[in-house]
Amino acid sequence: MEQVVQAPERDGTVATKPGRYDVRGLAEPDAVAPRTAIVSGTTAELDAAELSTRQINLELRRLLTEEGVSDITVRNPRARHSLAVGLLERCRITIDGSLGYFGCGLIDGAEIHVTGRVGWSVAENMMSGVVVIDKNAGSLTGAALRGGDLVIRGHVGARTGIDQKGGTIIVGGNAGSMTGFMMQRGRQIICGDAGNGLGDSMYDGTLYVAGKVASLGVDCVEAEMIDADNELIDRKFRIYGLDRPGEFRKFVCGKQLYNYDTLEPSERKLVL
Amino acid sequence: MCGIAGIIYKNRSGSVGTVGRDMTNMLQAMKHRGPDSTGYALYGEPNDLLVMRFKLADPNDGHDFSYSLRLARSRREVEARLSKIGATIDRVEGESEYAYRATFRYEGELKPLADYVEDVPGAEVLSLGYSLEIIKDLGDAETVAEQYRLDAFHGTHAIGHVRMATESDVDIAGAHPYWAYPFSDVAVVHNGQLTNYHQWRRRLERYGHRFQSECDSEIIAVYLAQSMADGLPLETAMKQSLEDLDGVFTYLVVTQDQLGMAKDEMAAKPLVLHEGEDVVVLASEEGAIRAVMSQEIDSYDPYEGEVMVWSR
Repeated sequence: MEQVVQAPERDGTVATKPGRYDVRGLAEPDAVAPRTAIVSGTTAELDAAELSTRQINLELRRLLTEEGVSDITVRNPRARHSLAVGLLERCRITIDGSLGYFGCGLIDGAEIHVTGRVGWSVAENMMSGVVVIDKNAGSLTGAALRGGDLVIRGHVGARTGIDQKGGTIIVGGNAGSMTGFMMQRGRQIICGDAGNGLGDSMYDGTLYVAGKVASLGVDCVEAEMIDADNELIDRKFRIYGLDRPGEFRKFVCGKQLYNYDTLEPSERKLVL
Repeated sequence: MCGIAGIIYKNRSGSVGTVGRDMTNMLQAMKHRGPDSTGYALYGEPNDLLVMRFKLADPNDGHDFSYSLRLARSRREVEARLSKIGATIDRVEGESEYAYRATFRYEGELKPLADYVEDVPGAEVLSLGYSLEIIKDLGDAETVAEQYRLDAFHGTHAIGHVRMATESDVDIAGAHPYWAYPFSDVAVVHNGQLTNYHQWRRRLERYGHRFQSECDSEIIAVYLAQSMADGLPLETAMKQSLEDLDGVFTYLVVTQDQLGMAKDEMAAKPLVLHEGEDVVVLASEEGAIRAVMSQEIDSYDPYEGEVMVWSR
């Protein structure tokens, strides 16, 4: 961090702002919060148009920890990556526009509302809190989610909730292939259709799908819906003002992969 | 990692736009995905002249004393060979120190012509067609656009690519887009890896095709163009390619009046799509789409195994 080098350009010149990296590759190590947000009481409004990713995140953190603000609106996010990440305070953030990759990751307790679309890996590793996306989301939505509610009103891409360890993912539209891949706990409620390989290699947790399921993944089986399942879905839908699309089907782990079976299918035939 | 982008105008008067500038904005927004080299496949307004983009040296080549002499000699040789094979040259312009743009009238087969030109030492035909022009060089999009004055390029549709070299040298031969040698007006950009590259390369070589690079992406272009020459519509050929090509890929293909996208069955490589009233824009990242769309837009990720084609 002592040594600040500039990102080299191919033509030999050095970049002016932004694009500074330290020896570890950390972007803009000497960036400071720009203090450009308009604060009124506990609410603030931040125009992100002219700021770098790092400046936006620093400004958000400054507002939350130093200014005592708890309600922030971010304008002009312009689909940039890694915005509103690592927020550990209870707060309410509205992002007026779309985010790129890795938006709202690593948060604990924040309530974030995105009015646009998000790219890959939104809310990855969220510990607790609420993230609501009004439009579509890319692949790997809610990767390694540990807690909280992640609501996408539109469609999501492939591998939603990969490695999910807790929390709830609600999808208003369709989900792509390998939804719930390797999930370990938590639940997903998908109002539309699910792609191929639903719940592939899942360890535990529950997947609810209202639409068609293209195919089930390895060791994912259908289970019987009970009253508690419907109560949970109804409660979540009431909170987020979603319409229940009809009957859901429930998919869980078949637990056949818990114990390693050393016999190949052909060998098994031979032995038995 | 690499970044790919595509744009096609619809319903406008003649569906022509500032395609050079728009593509530069998109590729510059994805510079972090591939800072090594940048390439464009631009479609100008169709005309009856053939356009050939070619280069006679590589930017990495050493500038020894006879460098410019050698280039001038090679250029004269290319012009002589074009005339000799029966082309009526309209003009030959130097676009950069080592890259040229030739327009000419020619009635015969394209393969003998391209082969004959490439036989000149150091020569490589980057593109050949009635409206396709491939421009690729080292550096980011703004650098290449300035070098080749792409801001002034008006056209109907385009694809582009920013490259992060992983398996071959940083040079023009390794940069995308790839022209489907020797089929006119077909080009491909690709993000991903093909695992059955050598199999397909040998198969296509037995057909009589030759390849300009060691890059796996080049076979997609030739594969699709060959399928189309065999009579398949573009969309059918692309659907078949999902079966025939192994690996992870998202690719974009352009012909004289179509732009298509295909995504492998794992959906491992990103692509964001916006279909507007008068334009369709696709890119590896939404930030690139935002670079050309000022108003709030709807966009989504196409799903695995999807093939889509738009016509201008």
